[in-house]
Amino acid sequence: MTAAVDAPDQESWFHRNQQRLAPWFFLAPGLLFFLVYVIIPVFQSFNLSLYEWDGLGAAEYVGFRHYEDLYWEWVDRDAFYTSLKNNLIWLLLYLLAIPAGLFIALFLNQTVWGIRLYKSLFFFPFVISQVVVGLVFTWFYDPTFGLLNEFLGVFGLGPLNVLGDERFVTYGIIFAGLWPQTAYCMILYLTGLNAVDPEQIEAGRLDGAKGAKMLWHIILPQLRPATFIAFVVTIIGALRSFDLISIMTQGGPFGSSRVLAYYMFEVALSEYGFRMGYGAAIAVILFLIMLCFIAYFLWSMYREEKGH
Amino acid sequence: MKSMFRHTAAALAVGVAFAAPAAAELTGELRIFLDTSNPAPRATMEAMIDRFQQQHPGLEIETTVIDREAYKTQIRNFLTADTPDVATWYAANRMKPYVEAGLFEDVSDLWAEPEIADNLASTKGAMTIDGKQWGVPYTYYQWGVYYRKDIFDELGLSEPTTWEEELANCQKIVDSGRACYTIGTKFLWTAGGWFDYLNMRTNGFDFHNQLANGEISWEDDRVKQTFANWKQLIDMGAFIDNHQTYSWQEALPFMVNGEAAAYLMGNFAVAPLRDAGLTDDQLDFYQFVAINPDVELAEDAPTDTFHIPANASNKEAAREFLRFVVSADEQTEINNGANLGQLPVNAQSAVDEDKFLQQGFEMLSSNSPGGVAQFWDRDAPAEMAKASMEGFQEFMVKPDNTDRILAKLERARQRIYDN
Repeated sequence: MTAAVDAPDQESWFHRNQQRLAPWFFLAPGLLFFLVYVIIPVFQSFNLSLYEWDGLGAAEYVGFRHYEDLYWEWVDRDAFYTSLKNNLIWLLLYLLAIPAGLFIALFLNQTVWGIRLYKSLFFFPFVISQVVVGLVFTWFYDPTFGLLNEFLGVFGLGPLNVLGDERFVTYGIIFAGLWPQTAYCMILYLTGLNAVDPEQIEAGRLDGAKGAKMLWHIILPQLRPATFIAFVVTIIGALRSFDLISIMTQGGPFGSSRVLAYYMFEVALSEYGFRMGYGAAIAVILFLIMLCFIAYFLWSMYREEKGH
Repeated sequence: MKSMFRHTAAALAVGVAFAAPAAAELTGELRIFLDTSNPAPRATMEAMIDRFQQQHPGLEIETTVIDREAYKTQIRNFLTADTPDVATWYAANRMKPYVEAGLFEDVSDLWAEPEIADNLASTKGAMTIDGKQWGVPYTYYQWGVYYRKDIFDELGLSEPTTWEEELANCQKIVDSGRACYTIGTKFLWTAGGWFDYLNMRTNGFDFHNQLANGEISWEDDRVKQTFANWKQLIDMGAFIDNHQTYSWQEALPFMVNGEAAAYLMGNFAVAPLRDAGLTDDQLDFYQFVAINPDVELAEDAPTDTFHIPANASNKEAAREFLRFVVSADEQTEINNGANLGQLPVNAQSAVDEDKFLQQGFEMLSSNSPGGVAQFWDRDAPAEMAKASMEGFQEFMVKPDNTDRILAKLERARQRIYDN
């Protein structure tokens, strides 16, 4: 830095500031795309949510009327209420993928002959498309021909029309979603388990820890990063659940399995939709919910970094 | 923006060129967008376009076939940018958003030509908005009750014509351990068909139209009467169980296996029923029964259409193509049993010998004095159609919730029609 002070006019401004500018140059492409594809659209959709627009004609400014309508839908226990409620159920139950994934990972974290094959088989549902998962479970739940009802029939139970009953439909879809999500969490934990320090386990064992105690006090703390990532992907996955609903029920029966993401699509982009402003208003609400989680994640990441 | 300008400029140039006396021979490019993506209709359309090409060798025809479902959303894009010269769509309210946005060309001039005015009069109403015509139809088909004749014979039943006969028939079918009707309401619109018929038979065609246009409350007693009639069927177990989980195709096996005796459907259901092994001796058709003797019978007959986008660049060729499509010979050809297997729109065309088409044609031309509706989701505005069909589905599963469902639809009506 002294050189810059000594000879201010011999070196160009660019040369003097190279060190400080370089990171920005490297960041520029990423920032640009992030700006164009994420940040600006966020503001655009907020702006759009203040207009009534069918995607064809002129947009008409309506202020916060869409949000007011959403509020009334909430009060009337209408579609928006159902979607929000289902989103909450998704959020809570989808988290089951984390302990389930951990359990399977612990189970598979051993060296027996052919373990690689077992691992890949357990990972399989994450590899296949959500569309296929949806179809498989639709057939599984089929009230007349489905495997589930054949199975229930053995115990003299059923028949149960999981996807046709507004009480069960959301749980049925979440269960289908847990299948691939558990596999995802499992993989995260398996890689995490590879990094567990054997010396600490040894030390724990010397101190007499085993079983659940060992897991809770020695293993899990070391899996913290994996848990964190699993938590993030599961929360985000639950909030953007869309494909399974679209394939398995189309939001039905009578709209009882809708979530916000699907409702937004329905209102703005489906065959009977094209209320762009209203869809944007739903998207904004969904964004605000996501923002809470994202803020929390960022904050805890920041705290982590600072701690080290 | 730039390309849009160029487009407009090109359109203007073409427009000016047309102002000069038109050349006898059509030249230039003609771009046709089709939503007939299923194999059979696709082949029919392509063959038809080939014949048009032979008549006009100077024309460079480019055909694009888009998946039928995807088309419904893509049309919004291609009508505004990179516009074709001819595009398929649907009649009545379904074309209203595009007419209002000025994206469809006014083709009233075609409808003024005697060739079309005289022969296509029956579908003119469905193509008219604000007193102008916005396209031409190319095919339509009847709705009605397709039933298993062998099951009716076995139970000693005959085709009903009144609501009492209908209920009596249905009771016997239910007593024999079958459902009267198969239906799959997963995608909602099938329930719209039932509502169309029950409401048109209970309250008449004009009332039905007013309801679709939002002029009547959903909590009106007459609407409630429609639902009360519907409830009679539901309560006696007329419909198959779990219909909310099936698509219309998935509901077919119930009829094929004899677990259900009939299906209220469009004529397109005949082909898969035949493919599944039902012969014409086993399968027959009757018109939906009269309910209220004071109202005239009216039918559903959805019409598929061709339009010229307002931004099209070769409108002269496009108009010629539309004339060609509705001509008597082409109509006979493309709607025959080997092709679309539906009804021709031109009065001079011959209807295929197929017994269902013959019956349907007979019914629509002589026994539908009340009028011809398109279909609930084409007659009502999209939003209302969606909300109401969801209500119909819920009603069919939980008929006791009628009042709550109707209150919800009434709220939707007040919101939807007031803008």
